[in-house]
Amino acid sequence: MSRYAAPGSDGAVMNYKSRYDHWIGGAYVAPAQGGYFENPTPVTGASFTEIARGTADDVERAIDAAHEAAGPWGRTPAAERAGVLNKIAQRMEEHLEELAVAESWENGKPVRETLAADIPLAIDHFRYFAGALRAQEGSLSEIDEDTVAYHFHEPLGVVAQIIPWNFPILMATWKLAPALAAGNAVVLKPAEQTPASIHFWMSLIADLLPPGVVNIVNGFGAEAGKPLASSARVAKVAFTGETTTGRLIMQYASENLKPVTLELGGKSPNIFFDDVSTADDDFLDKALEGFTMFALNQGEVCTCPSRALIQQGHYRDFLDAGTARTEKIVQGHPLDTETMVGAQASNDQLEKILSYLDIGKQEGARVLTGGARAELGGELEGGYYVQPTILEGNNRMRVFQEEIFGPVVAVTGFSDFADAMETANDTLYGLGAGVWTRDGSTAYRAGRAIQAGRVWTNCYHAYPAHAAFGGYKQSGIGRENHRMMLDHYQQTKNLLVSYSPKKLGFF
Amino acid sequence: MAPAEQTEEATPQAPERVALTDEAAAVIRRLTQRHGPLMFHQSGGCCDGSSPMCYERGELRTGDSDVLLGQLAVDGVAETVPFWMSASQFAYWSHTHLTVDVVPGRGSGFSLEAPEGVRFLIRSRLLDGSD
Repeated sequence: MSRYAAPGSDGAVMNYKSRYDHWIGGAYVAPAQGGYFENPTPVTGASFTEIARGTADDVERAIDAAHEAAGPWGRTPAAERAGVLNKIAQRMEEHLEELAVAESWENGKPVRETLAADIPLAIDHFRYFAGALRAQEGSLSEIDEDTVAYHFHEPLGVVAQIIPWNFPILMATWKLAPALAAGNAVVLKPAEQTPASIHFWMSLIADLLPPGVVNIVNGFGAEAGKPLASSARVAKVAFTGETTTGRLIMQYASENLKPVTLELGGKSPNIFFDDVSTADDDFLDKALEGFTMFALNQGEVCTCPSRALIQQGHYRDFLDAGTARTEKIVQGHPLDTETMVGAQASNDQLEKILSYLDIGKQEGARVLTGGARAELGGELEGGYYVQPTILEGNNRMRVFQEEIFGPVVAVTGFSDFADAMETANDTLYGLGAGVWTRDGSTAYRAGRAIQAGRVWTNCYHAYPAHAAFGGYKQSGIGRENHRMMLDHYQQTKNLLVSYSPKKLGFF
Repeated sequence: MAPAEQTEEATPQAPERVALTDEAAAVIRRLTQRHGPLMFHQSGGCCDGSSPMCYERGELRTGDSDVLLGQLAVDGVAETVPFWMSASQFAYWSHTHLTVDVVPGRGSGFSLEAPEGVRFLIRSRLLDGSD
């Protein structure tokens, strides 16, 4: 096992600055009202930098800078814009370790994950949208032999993006890459729990972007998020978060008649049919890993497979094996390369998870393993750690219906295909789902019957660019991770052209 | 869309569904001084979902798709604080009593208390015959 030195200590691969202002127009700008807030690492609970506390004045300034940059950036040839995205990817690849440690320290997630997933995925995402842009074509419709409709893609202009805290760099990338590829300028507000790592990212790539194309305004939702989301001067708002804020953002957008894309989470079912256990082989091993995926990223994933539905024929055996697999999870210091589960991102997140363990027990859910805060001691004493937890109960319990956003899975059984689909779809949300079976027909029928935007089939928690990701039902609007996200950041311009010299004859 | 004051509660004569801790009431008093009358709307979903969002009264437009769980009375605050939840979410929560508490934290979303370094949090218990 090896451990990365904590940022700010001897031997650290990266260091944060002691303070971050807003990044506006290609330079750091102090907050208009002069306020800053502390940014603690969830690893120890200690603050490691302070962050500008933005207000409406700062947001306006950032929107001004973005408007200045949007025109020239939108007119930059596609090959050049794609080139910038590829250079960003290259620069990130050259600094992969630093970015991984930066995100891990700020968010509390294991560095094993940021090294192998978050940052490599972000790098690939920039490359994907560079390629998608180069391959994008407008279209033409031949209305008649002298009349042609041309369809051009045009950027929206200035867009607002509000980023969640569970994957601070990757989630920012999911939004930035398509928006920049499409030719927009961006005002981005990181989550107040994870406001710093995106600045470290910017410090690595700032020279590659024209000033004002990406602006970062920090602060709290009520003070900086609201003026950004409600501004009449942004052409679109993209948000990942929860439903009430999603509604509020749609409400603001409706006042300005602006579009939104929203990703609002879920309560994803992970379904294990009896035939999974017909052999003790690689596939069963893979399925058990798929069950244990609820603990990935401490469960702080919108698509956390937080409801496991196990068919009755193999229910006890599979659940026992899944429990044993869960108990092998290595929890510890997020900068240890062997650590599989690190810290929850914030104290309030920790408290919320504990409140769910409480109501789960009150409702009669059985705790098969875990069920409490993890006391890891030493320097991790003040950090926010929760034991990976398996609860057994039924789908009407609140722990089966709400996104706990912790390393907690709620398990129940099902009798047959129809029962599985009924339970799977008995939820307000429809972002992700998992189906595990050796039977291709069952897999296909289940995948089509589940009301969710992404159905992982004999896999889980893969997020490759080029596979559309987004929600059904209350899980949101729009599809990220795919070329179709370019459309969400573009207008369609139709030129309807007549090549005929003849008048119509009406007048 | 009916204004909050005119909307029926979920189940008239029903048991109390929502309450406040003293600590949460103290935060409500401070926020009211700064922002005026307040409202809660219970969120769901990703990230800070499952947390109650506190806004200036009327900031989030409620409508027929919402249920008013109760009006929270706070000593020293003239107007009660309505607590809302979407009806679809209420269908899954209706068997539990909710207490708004507050913990140190950063919060997210547009909830008003986050800049103070605290976050409202729901603690739940089962409604039973004594309610």
